[in-house]
Order: sequence, then structure tokens, then C-alpha cells
Amino acid sequence: MLKNGSKGEKNSTDTVLNLQSHTFRHGVHPPENKEETNKLPIRQFPFSPLIILPMQQHIGAPSRIIVKEGQEVVRGQLLAEANGYMSVPVHAPVSGKIRKIAKVPVISGQMTEGIYIETFHFSGQEVIEGAPIAFDKANPEQILKGIQDAGIVGLGGAAFPTHVKLKIPEGKVCDHLIINGIECEPYLTTDHRVMLEQANDIYTGIRYLIKATGAKEVIIGIEGNKQDAADHLSKLIPADLPVRVQVVPVKYPQGAEKMLITSLLGKEVPSGGLPIDVKAVVVNVATTAEIGRLLPHGQGIQERVITITGPGVKKKGNYLIPVGTPLRYVLEQVGAAENISEVYMGGPMMGVAVSNLDISIVKGTSGIVVFGEDNIPKTEKIFPCIKCGACVDACPISLNPSKLGILAKSEGYDTMAEEFHLMDCFECGSCSFVCPSNIPLVQYFRLSKGIIRKRNAEKTAKANV
Amino acid sequence: MFSKTLHISTSPHIRQGMSTDMIMRNVVYAMMPLVIFAVVSFGLNALLVIITAVASSVLTEHALCRWSGKSSTVSDWSAVITGILLGLTLPPIFPLWMTFLGGVVSIAIGKFVFGGLGSNAFNPALVGRAFLQAAFPVAITTWHPSFLEGRFYSISKSVAAFPFSTPVVDGISGATPLSAFKFDKVTADTADLAFGFISGSSGETSAVLIILGGIYLAVRKMMNWRIPVAILTTVFVLSGILYLIDNQTYPSPQFMLFSGGLMLGAVFMATDMVGSPITSRGVVIYGAFIGLIVVVIRIWGGLPEGVMYAILLGNALTPHIDNLIRPRVYGTKKTKS
Repeated sequence: MLKNGSKGEKNSTDTVLNLQSHTFRHGVHPPENKEETNKLPIRQFPFSPLIILPMQQHIGAPSRIIVKEGQEVVRGQLLAEANGYMSVPVHAPVSGKIRKIAKVPVISGQMTEGIYIETFHFSGQEVIEGAPIAFDKANPEQILKGIQDAGIVGLGGAAFPTHVKLKIPEGKVCDHLIINGIECEPYLTTDHRVMLEQANDIYTGIRYLIKATGAKEVIIGIEGNKQDAADHLSKLIPADLPVRVQVVPVKYPQGAEKMLITSLLGKEVPSGGLPIDVKAVVVNVATTAEIGRLLPHGQGIQERVITITGPGVKKKGNYLIPVGTPLRYVLEQVGAAENISEVYMGGPMMGVAVSNLDISIVKGTSGIVVFGEDNIPKTEKIFPCIKCGACVDACPISLNPSKLGILAKSEGYDTMAEEFHLMDCFECGSCSFVCPSNIPLVQYFRLSKGIIRKRNAEKTAKANV
Repeated sequence: MFSKTLHISTSPHIRQGMSTDMIMRNVVYAMMPLVIFAVVSFGLNALLVIITAVASSVLTEHALCRWSGKSSTVSDWSAVITGILLGLTLPPIFPLWMTFLGGVVSIAIGKFVFGGLGSNAFNPALVGRAFLQAAFPVAITTWHPSFLEGRFYSISKSVAAFPFSTPVVDGISGATPLSAFKFDKVTADTADLAFGFISGSSGETSAVLIILGGIYLAVRKMMNWRIPVAILTTVFVLSGILYLIDNQTYPSPQFMLFSGGLMLGAVFMATDMVGSPITSRGVVIYGAFIGLIVVVIRIWGGLPEGVMYAILLGNALTPHIDNLIRPRVYGTKKTKS
């Protein structure tokens, strides 16, 4: 009796704690720099005369091209189909003519298969309709198929095929559907504007997602610096949906799935596991809106919202830009300074530095941040690790980056992985951000993880022989 | 358009803006009031000792870097800190040639042989001081009264002693409050201790200035405040218990806190990031251990002061603390892997 009583008491304190904290351990507070674009409504971007469309815009197999050189295509038309389950199709972002099918440059510096389209100048650029999928009639399998057919991938930046993520594995259940409106990257205001301007699409998307995952409750997680978006979405919650909006304190990297789950549910995703292991599925808010907009019309992704900002840009803003628009064209249109010296795709914490302006906008591009020559910080000197512990206090998953960094230098990869949990690192960069000695810790970890994966793959291959 | 070559880097592309040389520089700033007070209370002698210690540390660092074919690391300011700390822990009339030797040992043996900044197991200044204590036990316990007449324009014969000659001990010398208590059971007034109107090493006498410097660094997040708090709390509690048991034999806890090198050691030496544990829980254990050793040496040991050895032992314990205290990694069950 007494035992039961104390147990009940413990559970209730746990719940209270969870309700009060709404955050995760550690993390950092980079300057937000969102105020220059967060009040600017989404605007349609002009159509570039030339569209360069890589077939590898997502994680997984590249799409398989089904059109021919010289062929005329209509906006929204299927150009390449999914090459297997871990792949998505690509649709025509503009009406125009296929000029050539050849290698195109991508951000990694490599060339991949792609399509060059000459945009028709006088076309109205209407999008063709496909076979609609109704959320009330379709079954989960049909919805997942519809999401794949629409070419939808995680628009937060990861570009992981959404239908794969939404597939609930055998024997697992999804109780909580989490809509990720955190947008913790500095400078970016894409999700913020989508939440303010596309509430109906978001709620339609949520209907599809509930149907596909069987979730019992939906939580829209939003950071405190977007209170207006939270208020707006709260007001519009449809009466028949089990949705609540949860505002959480601003802290990087709260937008990471695992951190957001901890903030909202007070649970930790097991090491090496997936959100579904704690009965949760997390979907980015812009991805949700895209599902809600495309599926009722059977259309595919042709464009996406992108924040273009940074000191090197005159016309900062949130733009709806066709996928495949060359970066050079984008920068010319927004009045980027002639002496720009750094361009990032994505935010400054996890985004990738661009080395070649001839790459194009892809589905995973959430932002473009541009710095001019004057804004470049000097190449900073790297000092030895003085064991100050700043990285230890920053790491959201409580690793010891200082120790890992020293091990990486001495190539102690096995120790890093086995004893210091390197493989749990999701490369948020908080450690490098705080390091007073400017040690590129997260870069060491990226490389080390690559080497460990390669070694493990070789081991498995040997074992199989 | 956009003809310039783009600058590329790996993420994150922004930094918090704190840098190691900035931290080191601020530690120097935080110690400046101590240096000034040392000169005000002990005069020209103390100034010469501190300048010599800094010069010898910086020169040694520069020479060793050059000698090993590396670029000089003098600009990271850590050698300056070592020099100032060494100077502040020496008696104000310590012979200059010995001081110089102490600086050389601090950097060469305390830091360079371990691999330089970040790799040193022990606080370099304390390594140098430990060497001096072993090599010159008389000179390092020859104290000098503070606020003497004429201290600004006279140089003690001891300070200017010729290398390897027998140090000339000046006619006037003064016992430190700790040795006075240890050997004669005389306690000093707490206010005198706190404000520094006492005899002692150049920089250890004004507890108030040391605490102010510590607060400056803690507020700027350039020092882990848990370390001095853990050390001082441990010393206060342990000596408080002993004092309650027998206030004739044991000194009062406030006397323990404000006398000797405890404040200087707790705030500026035990907090050396390189030699202290990396986790918040680890530094509390480290601080408590140092506090315990200080009390043990002062009360039951043969020496009046034990802060130096306590911190060196704490430094030695640090790798083991870091090995034992590991925060639970997100999504895993227990600390131990």
C-alpha cells in the first residue's frame, strides 16, 4: 500500500518536472539574427531562364530520369521517378524545354546526373494537377505512396525521404506526432513565415500525417522567439484534431529531433535508436505544410520557401524559389554585393559553405546566408586544448568533446567509438562554437565517424567472405 | 559578377568569440591589483621579484620554442601568468637569481617537457615554487614585514644577492601569521588578514583583492567558480569542526581561510583549467580534496603551509577524477561504459 503510494507520488513529480522544464541538457545560445527577415512575408521569386536540376537532392538513390533532351515539359510534370523505396521522384519546377541531360555541380563539389531546362518566358507557369489523395478516404499506405510520389523530403535541411520516416516499423506504435517548428539555426526564418502564412496547409498536412502514423496526439513545438507563430497556430487549431502548440525556451540545437523529443516529452531516444522507440515521429513544419498543399492535388514539389539573408545581401527576405534555380541567379536577383566572400546553404551552425555559385537550389535548402568580405572573421589561430570544459557544458548529448578531440588527433578511433560514444554525435557544432582554442572539434568528429563507418563496413565485408 | 574566390570553412561558421589568449589575458588583468598591492606593501623588492619571475618565464618559453623549432607561444599569455603567479608566491625579499631559476624550472620542467600549454599535468608556477622550496629552504621561508619605511627606494641585500653566494639575511624579518600560529600559537586579527596588513608571500596577503579578481573572472566565465568555493568550503567546515572540538589547539576557521596562500591558491592556482577536472561534478571532488589536504598539512603536518602541495596533489588526481566522473550520455543507461 505504502509502496504503491510512493510510486504514484514519484510518477506525478516526474510529470510536473517534465511540464515545467520543456528543455534539454546543455546547448548553446548563438546570436539569433532573425529580426531582419522574420517580419517579411513570403514572396514569389522570379523564374530563372535556366534551371539546373540535380537528380540527387535527397538521401538515398538518385531519381531515374524519364524525359529526353529536346522534350517540352509542363510545370509539375514528372521528370524522374523514384529509383526504389529509398528515393523520391523529381518534378518540373518550370514549364520549358529540356536542353540537355548531363552532369550538374552540387554543393559537395562533385558532379551528379541532372537535367538542364530552358524556361519558357511567356508561359503562365501553371502547375498541372495529378490524381488527388483525400485524407479521409485514403489508407496509410496510399498516403505514404502519395508523399513519395510528390517528391517530398525533409525540408528542414536533412532531405531524408519523408515517406520512409513516416513508415511505422512492424511492432512499433506512434503515440506522439511532433511537428518541428523550432528553427533553432540563427538567421533562418523560413519555418517562422510558413507557420504564419500557411496554417491551413499545416493542419491539412497534419490530417494526412495522423492518418499515416496513427498518432494519438500532435504537438507543434515552437521556440519562444516565434510567439506570434505559436499564437496564430493556436487560434486556428481545428476542433476535431488532437493538436496542441507548445512554446519552448530558445536554445540551440533544439530543432534536432532527439532534443525536441526530450523538450516536449521529457524522454530520451535510446542511443542508436529512432524517435519511434519512444513512440514519437517528428516532422518539420514546412514539410507538413507541403504535404497539406500537394497531396489534395496530386502534385509534386516545384518550389520551396528559402530565407535569403546575411550582411552581403541587399534584398533580404523569405522567397518561394523554384527548385533548380542556380545560386548565381538567386544572388544576382537579391542584390548580393560584388565582393561576397562566404555563402552558406542552410544556417551558420550546420549549413554548408558554398565553393561554386553554379550549384542550384535543392529541396533541402532552407536558407542562404551571405557574408561580404568585410564581414569575414579573421582566420583564427588554433590553440591547444586547455581543458576549460566549455565543450563539455555545451554538448547536448553529454559527450566529452575535449577528450574526443585529443583522441581524434592520436587516431584513437576505436576508443572514441566504444568508450566515448562518438557515434551518438549528431554534429550540431555546439562544441566548436564555444571552443576558445578554436579547435574544429565537430570536423574532427565528422572525419572520425567516416573512418569508423568505413572500417566497420570492411570488417563486415571480411566476415561475410 | 561575383568574381571573387569564395572562402570556405566547415560548420559551424560562427563562433562564440571567446579565445584562449583572451582568457589568459584576463587572468593577468585579474592579478594586476595583487601585483600593485604587493608593490605597495612590500615596495621595490617585491616589484623586482615579480618582474624577474615574469621575464624568466617568458624568456624560457620563447627560447624553448625556438630551440625545438616551433613558433613561439609567448603570445598566448600563459607564460606571463606562470611568471606572475610564481612571483606572487615568493617572499618579497627572495633573491633574484633564485627567482630567475624558479621561472626557468616552472616553464621547462613544469610545462615544456609535458608538451606545452594544455598538456602540463601540474600548475607550472607551483612546480617552480616546489623546486625553490626544496633547493632553497631558508630563503623561501625568510619573510619580511610589510609597510616598512623606505620600501620604495631601498633594495634588500638578500634580493640582490650574487648567484650561489650564501644569501644575506636582512636584520629585519617577520614571521607569517601561519608560522606564528604553528610555532608560537599566536593568531592574527582577521581584518588584518583579509586586507593584507600582514607578512607573507608578495601576492598572498590581501584576501579581499584576490576574491575581487576571482569574482571578475567568474563573472566573465573565464574561471570555474566551483573550484575555489569547494576548496574554501571544505577548509572552513573541516577546521570549523576541529575548532569546535578544541579551540585552544586548533585555529579558528576564519583564520584558516584568510591566512597563508589559501586564497591565492584556491582562486588563481587550483583553477588552472589544464590541471583541473573537466566536469562540474569532478571539480567539486577536486576542490574538496585540495581543501582536505590543506587542513591536514597545516594542522598535523610539519610545515606551516600546505596549499602548494595540496594543489599539486589535486593536479595529480585530476586525470583519475575525469576518468571516473563521466556524465551519462544522452540515450544511454549508465555512466560507466
